Amino acid sequence: MAQGGIGSSVKRKEDARFLTGRGTYVDDIVRPGQTHAVFVRSPHAHAKIKAVKTAEALKAPGVVAVLTGADLAADKVGNLPAGWLIHSKDGTPMVEPGHMALVADKVRHVGDQVAVVVAETKDQAREAAALVEVDYEPLPAMVGLAQAIAPGAALVHDQAKANTCYDWHLGDKAATDAAFAKAHKVVTLDLVNNRLIPNAIEPRAAIGEFDRVTGDLTLYTTSQNPHLIRLLLSAFTMGVPEHKLRVVAPDVGGGFGSKIFHYAEEFVTLWAARRIGRPVKWTATRSEAFMSDAHGRDHVTHCELALDKEGRFLGLRERTLANMGAYLSQFAPSVPTYLHATLLAGCYTTPAIYSEVRAVFTNTVPVDAYRGAGRPEATYLIERLVDVAAREMGMDRVDIRRKNLIPKDKFPYQTPVALQYDSGDYQATLDAALKKADWAGFEKRRAEAKARGKLRGIGISTYVEACGIAPSAVVGALGGRVGLWESAHVRVHPTGSITIFTGAHSHGQSHETTFAQLAAEKLGVSTDQVEVVHGDTAKSAFAMGTYGSRSLAVGGTAIVNAIDKIIAKGKKIAAHLLEASEGDVDFKDGKFTVRGTDRAKAFGEVVLAAYIPHKYPANLEPGLEESAVYDPKNFTFPAGCHICEVEIDPDTGVTQVIAFTAVDDVGTVINPMVVEGQVHGGVAQGIGQALLEGAQYDDQGQLLSGSFLGYTMPRAGDLPSYQVGTEVTACTHNPLGVKGVGEVGAIGSPPAVIGAVCDAIGVRHIEMPATPERVWRAIRDAKKA
Amino acid sequence: MQDFSFHKPQNLAAAVDTLKKRPEAKALGGGQSLIPVMKLGLAAPSDLVSVAGLAELRGIKVDGKELVVGAGMTHAEVADSAEVKKAIPALAALAGHIGDAQVRNRGTLGGSLAHDDPAADYPAAVLALGATVVTDRRKIAADDFFRGLYQTALGADEIVTSVRFPIPEKAAYAKFAHPASKFALVGVMVAKGPAGVRVAVTGAGPGVFRQADMERALGGRWAADALAGVAVKAEGLNADPYGSAEYRAHLIGVMARRAVAAAG
Ligand SMILES: Cc1cc2nc3c(=O)[nH]c(=O)nc-3n(C[C@H](O)[C@H](O)[C@H](O)COP(=O)(O)OP(=O)(O)OC[C@H]3O[C@@H](n4cnc5c(N)ncnc54)[C@H](O)[C@@H]3O)c2cc1C
Repeated sequence: MAQGGIGSSVKRKEDARFLTGRGTYVDDIVRPGQTHAVFVRSPHAHAKIKAVKTAEALKAPGVVAVLTGADLAADKVGNLPAGWLIHSKDGTPMVEPGHMALVADKVRHVGDQVAVVVAETKDQAREAAALVEVDYEPLPAMVGLAQAIAPGAALVHDQAKANTCYDWHLGDKAATDAAFAKAHKVVTLDLVNNRLIPNAIEPRAAIGEFDRVTGDLTLYTTSQNPHLIRLLLSAFTMGVPEHKLRVVAPDVGGGFGSKIFHYAEEFVTLWAARRIGRPVKWTATRSEAFMSDAHGRDHVTHCELALDKEGRFLGLRERTLANMGAYLSQFAPSVPTYLHATLLAGCYTTPAIYSEVRAVFTNTVPVDAYRGAGRPEATYLIERLVDVAAREMGMDRVDIRRKNLIPKDKFPYQTPVALQYDSGDYQATLDAALKKADWAGFEKRRAEAKARGKLRGIGISTYVEACGIAPSAVVGALGGRVGLWESAHVRVHPTGSITIFTGAHSHGQSHETTFAQLAAEKLGVSTDQVEVVHGDTAKSAFAMGTYGSRSLAVGGTAIVNAIDKIIAKGKKIAAHLLEASEGDVDFKDGKFTVRGTDRAKAFGEVVLAAYIPHKYPANLEPGLEESAVYDPKNFTFPAGCHICEVEIDPDTGVTQVIAFTAVDDVGTVINPMVVEGQVHGGVAQGIGQALLEGAQYDDQGQLLSGSFLGYTMPRAGDLPSYQVGTEVTACTHNPLGVKGVGEVGAIGSPPAVIGAVCDAIGVRHIEMPATPERVWRAIRDAKKA
Repeated sequence: MQDFSFHKPQNLAAAVDTLKKRPEAKALGGGQSLIPVMKLGLAAPSDLVSVAGLAELRGIKVDGKELVVGAGMTHAEVADSAEVKKAIPALAALAGHIGDAQVRNRGTLGGSLAHDDPAADYPAAVLALGATVVTDRRKIAADDFFRGLYQTALGADEIVTSVRFPIPEKAAYAKFAHPASKFALVGVMVAKGPAGVRVAVTGAGPGVFRQADMERALGGRWAADALAGVAVKAEGLNADPYGSAEYRAHLIGVMARRAVAAAG
């Protein structure tokens, strides 16, 4: 193994600047002549805008401009696009109402942007924003899913009848119904996948800048994918050519999906900068983040599982209402469909599956991808059904899973819902997790807890997910409006150090370290000799960015392919220097050698020859840098087993997570420490979803959980010390054999936690978040029954 | 937040004087409640008069049968004080569980009482121990001090200087923390002392209040199971997504039993 190469826990290169407070986030950037923007946001969930009066605000000290939806319309800009087209069962395309960056007709959620005030200072902008007077005519707020689709419901968008965006399905209905008809037992469950608010530690921020002389526009923004933002600005919101547009996403403090999307505010700063000819900066307050960052999840589902006498799964069907919120955010239509229903086989051999998903507009913040995006919803649904099936069949929760897991000799495995899993060994992760968690010894721990007056429970989930998104042809066939390949450029400098330019973006993923390890492994250099550059459209080639656990599987593969081209060229140079034929040259451990001889050239010598080509092959270009683009052949399929142990105080319903074991198969592990960290973070969010987090609206569409006083983010004290392990089956279709680890923690964990709560108190099901009051009520109701 | 003038007076008299002369001025303790309220635009004082560091508001001592705590003492100072731990360990423990370390290092006893957040911890101690709130001009009995939902008996320019806690025979505080805010969803302080048997409840209602039926039950017999027959009514209690009135009523019973058991 090369030093710092694949498999070593190299310390994170990025930590020196992060831990000493020297990162450069958008809000740290100050541009000459910079002004400040503050948005005027709707206090109503649903209201007609009768008038927007800006005269008083314009007179306020320091105000440079006050812009409204009318100004957008006059400039014919600012319509935010949806990135995915879903067709309903009947073949009609989804309803795509459009989304203006500043609304002029009516507001559709609390926090909707109506106007922007630009002033010399932030305080002046804030004070002037309070002077913008908007006359609203309130309309009935459609808050809950059931309310929004009820007959006679007020329409969020006039063109979306019954507030429905699409009514879609996947799978073979007839085959599934037939499986249910012959079932020994049918288990049914109604469940809610609670709405989450992402809460990255760094709020969103943007600076728009315009150069009057060149006409160049630059946007600094908190994005997971600067090229995608540039593409959308160019093709949709701004309508200026890409060579005049630069998007920079510098250090970004977490995204979890919420910073994928092209948001109104970043567009507005750029548009306003062009109008006033000065840089315009905006940084969200935490309160704004709660009411304007895309939320996650929010499904209401009815699902059923058909089983034979032995407990084998015969069929699964579900009907889900998916909340889109007030507008279609870019990935929103794909999340409850192709990122959810296609995962409904889970890691089981269920032969027949049918899913119906109806996407609904409501007067709430738009909902889109959030860590896991669709797969946590699928996993929760399946694993809850499996637990309830075990209970109702009188079977052990491990036995019923074991009986239905896809055997390891059945890969590649074609599921009935479109996906083909390339590799996996689900028994191996299950066995390893059971052992690590001492599943067999649990009853003793339960008895010991009981003696202390505590109810102890254990829960398990076995899951698979699809990430490393995604083959462009497949994406296109499913309605995606983009390709999902990734680019890399590897530049070897004359003295042998290396710069890697990637289209992936690191906002917590540690790419600066793990991508450097790829070069260390392949080229035999130290990671200190490698710099990873990302986050600037002026530096990296066009690429799609970071989400869907794709950075390593797709972006890393592009890097490795570019490095392979470097090695291939190096062999040509080495062959010339060593007077050997190219076919006889090997490259290993940083050295080019002639097979069967002791003749060798170090990597550095070959690099130098490429830049000082005094003795050089006649028909070879000098220099040493290569590009590669990689379009994946399939999704990747991480899988694993999570086990959770809780203790519940029966008097108060408080649940404490005592132990959490995660054994995941994420393919080849590049940096074990980084993998462990990703699992820790994901599990924290999964425990958060299961026990603590949940957006709450009142009947009027006011966000009750609009701050940390009312929205419970998991804290250190809410979390146990994790036991984390990996089992490896290599991905068969990328050269590194990697799958992805960014989301597994959040996907696998919620059902294990809820399973543990149900086990502790002896109930069939409890909704998330299992707050103390919910648990207390469940205990009380169980006693009454 | 709106601009304001900042004053750092040399002594109590100067502080009171500034507050009297500027009707829109407010006293500033540790700023742990006032500054967030100002940031949200819910208060916009013209002047802030810093009082936490005034000599007249500092110090902790036992004076006869009372523990006297300066209103400018931070939660951390009270939690760590040997005198408090010895005289009223329940009070030190209560202070040690307010907010987080940053909040405890800045927030003060006087600020907490003057702010009178319905979910704050200190009011339960002041009421259950039958303490006396001492200001620059008078003494106010706990039973007269709290007036419900952010309301107290204090005048606009009145400064709390100290609190005199009669040292109880037994006392304990049991807090059920709100999962998100970590303030008291329900907090119950029980005490048996010079002021009799007293039970004060915070977090559950619009302001801190005494639970008379529990006081009667414990007055008869000081034991957790003496509370078994006392049914707490949900009527009038707070409700939010983390705790209905019914759940809060239930928790008052649980926390009261736990507090009595802890008090011994
Ligand atoms: C994150 C966080 C968590 C918290 N958690 C808890 C908790 O769990 N439990 C809890 O009880 N509290 C909690 N608090 C509130 C905290 O205890 C505050 O410190 C306290 O409520 C106010 O004290 P202060 O000294 O900071 O007062 P300030 O914020 O400075 O002032 C508050 C009010 O009191 C007035 N005031 C201040 N000092 C005096 C004085 N000596 N005389 C007269 N008036 C005065 C001010 O004018 C103002 O109206 C929390 C606060 C935060 C920010």
